[in-house]
Amino acid sequence: MSVGLEHYLVLSAVLFCIGLYGALTKRNAVIVLMCIELMLNAVNISLIAFSSYIVPTLLTGQVFAIFVMVVAAAEVAIGLAIILAIYRGLTDIDINNINLMKW
Amino acid sequence: MIPYQYIWLIMLMPAFSFIINGIILRIFFKPKAKIYGYVTITAIGLSAIFSVWALISLLTGDSHEIAVPDITWAVIENGVTIHIGLIADQLSIVMAIVVSVVSLMVQIYSLGYMHDDDAGYYRYYTFMSLFTFSMLGLVLSNNLLFTFVFWEMVGLCSYLLIGFWFHRKSAADAAKKAFIVTRIGDFGFLAGILILYLNTGTFDIAELHHLAVTGVLGGMVLTWAAIGLFAGAIGKSAQFPLHVWLPDAMEGPTPVSALIHSATMVCAGVFLVARTMPMFIYSVDAITVVAVIGGFTAIFAATMGLAANDIKRVLAYSTISQIGYMMLGLGAVGMGLAHEIADGHLHVGTEEMLVIAKGAVAVGMFHLFTHAFFKSLLFMASGNVSHSTGTFDMRLMGGLKKTMPWTYAVFLIGSLSLAGIWPLSGFWSKDEILVSALDNQPVLFALALITVFLTAFYMFRAIYMTFHGEYKGGATDDGVDHSHTHEAPKVMVYPLVFLALLAIFIGWWNLTGGFADFMGHHVEHAAHSFFGGLFNPFTHALPVIALLVGLFGIFSAYAVYNKKWITAESIGKFFGPLYTLVFRKYFFDELYENIIVKLALVKGLFTGFSLFDSKGVDGTVNGVSSVVISGGRAVRQAQTGQLQLYGFFIVLGLVIIGLCVYFFG
Repeated sequence: MSVGLEHYLVLSAVLFCIGLYGALTKRNAVIVLMCIELMLNAVNISLIAFSSYIVPTLLTGQVFAIFVMVVAAAEVAIGLAIILAIYRGLTDIDINNINLMKW
Repeated sequence: MIPYQYIWLIMLMPAFSFIINGIILRIFFKPKAKIYGYVTITAIGLSAIFSVWALISLLTGDSHEIAVPDITWAVIENGVTIHIGLIADQLSIVMAIVVSVVSLMVQIYSLGYMHDDDAGYYRYYTFMSLFTFSMLGLVLSNNLLFTFVFWEMVGLCSYLLIGFWFHRKSAADAAKKAFIVTRIGDFGFLAGILILYLNTGTFDIAELHHLAVTGVLGGMVLTWAAIGLFAGAIGKSAQFPLHVWLPDAMEGPTPVSALIHSATMVCAGVFLVARTMPMFIYSVDAITVVAVIGGFTAIFAATMGLAANDIKRVLAYSTISQIGYMMLGLGAVGMGLAHEIADGHLHVGTEEMLVIAKGAVAVGMFHLFTHAFFKSLLFMASGNVSHSTGTFDMRLMGGLKKTMPWTYAVFLIGSLSLAGIWPLSGFWSKDEILVSALDNQPVLFALALITVFLTAFYMFRAIYMTFHGEYKGGATDDGVDHSHTHEAPKVMVYPLVFLALLAIFIGWWNLTGGFADFMGHHVEHAAHSFFGGLFNPFTHALPVIALLVGLFGIFSAYAVYNKKWITAESIGKFFGPLYTLVFRKYFFDELYENIIVKLALVKGLFTGFSLFDSKGVDGTVNGVSSVVISGGRAVRQAQTGQLQLYGFFIVLGLVIIGLCVYFFG
């Protein structure tokens, strides 16, 4: 059985759903951040798979994936900084308790 | 023939003096400077001269009218053009003479009467000029729109002058009352004008006459329009049921009462009906209303005059009553004509019909003409009396005959004329009205004949209380010694003498049917010679009866108030409740004040408005906001602050969109 585009896409979708599930359900803000990384990487997989299967001579998907990684790194840096800042204020990173935006 | 520019000047001279007095001279002179009076007198004197000149032109010329070209005042879209124009026919010139001559006499008299009023002197003459201008404009205007404008201006001047001593609360209240009560009638006037305009597209009086006579304007439209105009006349002329303002208007200075509230402005209603007579006679209903209201007011007001103790109020009730007479005169002749027209007995051409219709006012206008002179005379004579005694209350007067012979003489002449005693002017004009009332409306004739008695009675009651008997000391509350009465200064006597001469002689104009002929009214049995006319009444039953009734009224007053064979108190007791009813003016003030104003308006209508405002209008606004507020309160529950819940809904939304695209896209 050869590995085709569909397999990559299924892997990507499964990975994305795991990330999404984690992001929506986990209490710990750091884990939520990690789950968001998971979702971004799932997208990276599908970008690269599309690129190498549909336009193998061009590296558009790969370039885009690298962009996503850069943005993800920046996002983690800021996200962790925000979580740290919240922790200093609330001594808690349980995302259910961070409800300052409530009406 | 008088050039038409002078007709404009009749009206504009007082306007000039108004501007000069009110704006220019005030910069250079103190408020009490004599010059304000002189400027006004000069201007109004010129008006009077031009009026007389115009009258002479009409009397000697062939034409019934002096043509005055219109001036275009405003061109509105849709081709509506409004002109300012003057009409100088017999009716308006006769009125202009009345206004300018009486006004002139009043201004001269005021030099003396207002002498002590330091601060108000210039204001007084400024307002008087404005009034005379407005009144002349009213009588000369040839379209209803400007008649209405001037109508409101005389109302304004009346307000300003009644409230001339505005620091007295009673004067300020009386001014307000006069203004508001006449406004009620003015509403009808405006409605009448608009009905006419909507149906004919013109304000021009001559055109409206023509449309009425040719039958283009008729039916209910004409009736309602005419009744609307008459409503204005009721308000301005203080006819029942809007008569309540005139007695209170006596709070103003006496010359004001003499000019505005006896001779000119209150007669504007009579003038308006006379001016639009060709419309009234094509509606039997409308002209009947005029006659009935007039006849009823004549006797109604006369009864109230019987019990009043304030000499000016007696004269005020007398004025209301006499204006009722004029209305009756217009209405009775008009009714005769209206019935003839309605029955189709009148077969004449349009032009001839117009002349007949306009001539129908001769009887009523003649009484207006004579009344203006003797009533303003009476008012000013009562001003002299008050000048000397410090009061208008007749119970504090008496015996002034000896100290004020001139005033007594002119007051007596005025009263005799008003009572309709031969051969004074009032006799002739009153007789005409009685004759036409008898011809057309026997019931109203009976009322009018009783009124003759009442008029003679209350006038001579006033004379006996004021001039005969013992002097009772005059006013005691003003800190001035009034124990020695004195004749008024010459400037306050000469105008009265002049008016007294008019009160005696002016009625003779119609001895040979001269006035009626001038107005275009054909008199069948007119005497041919002067002396024939003078003694003509004694050959007919009706004038003799009227004369005897008048003399009986005088005799009754003599019996009660001079000889005291029967005391006034015993009469009052005898009639008991009736006396109270009359003395309290039929409770009309209470009716209007308590029932209409306080109950119907304040408690009923205004409370309703206030409820509508607080519940309806405020309720809508508050309701909208409270719906928004509670809606927001409900919807904001969704903002939990739980990031993951937001994320869940975002995903859920995406899934739903995706499913929709998949299934329906």
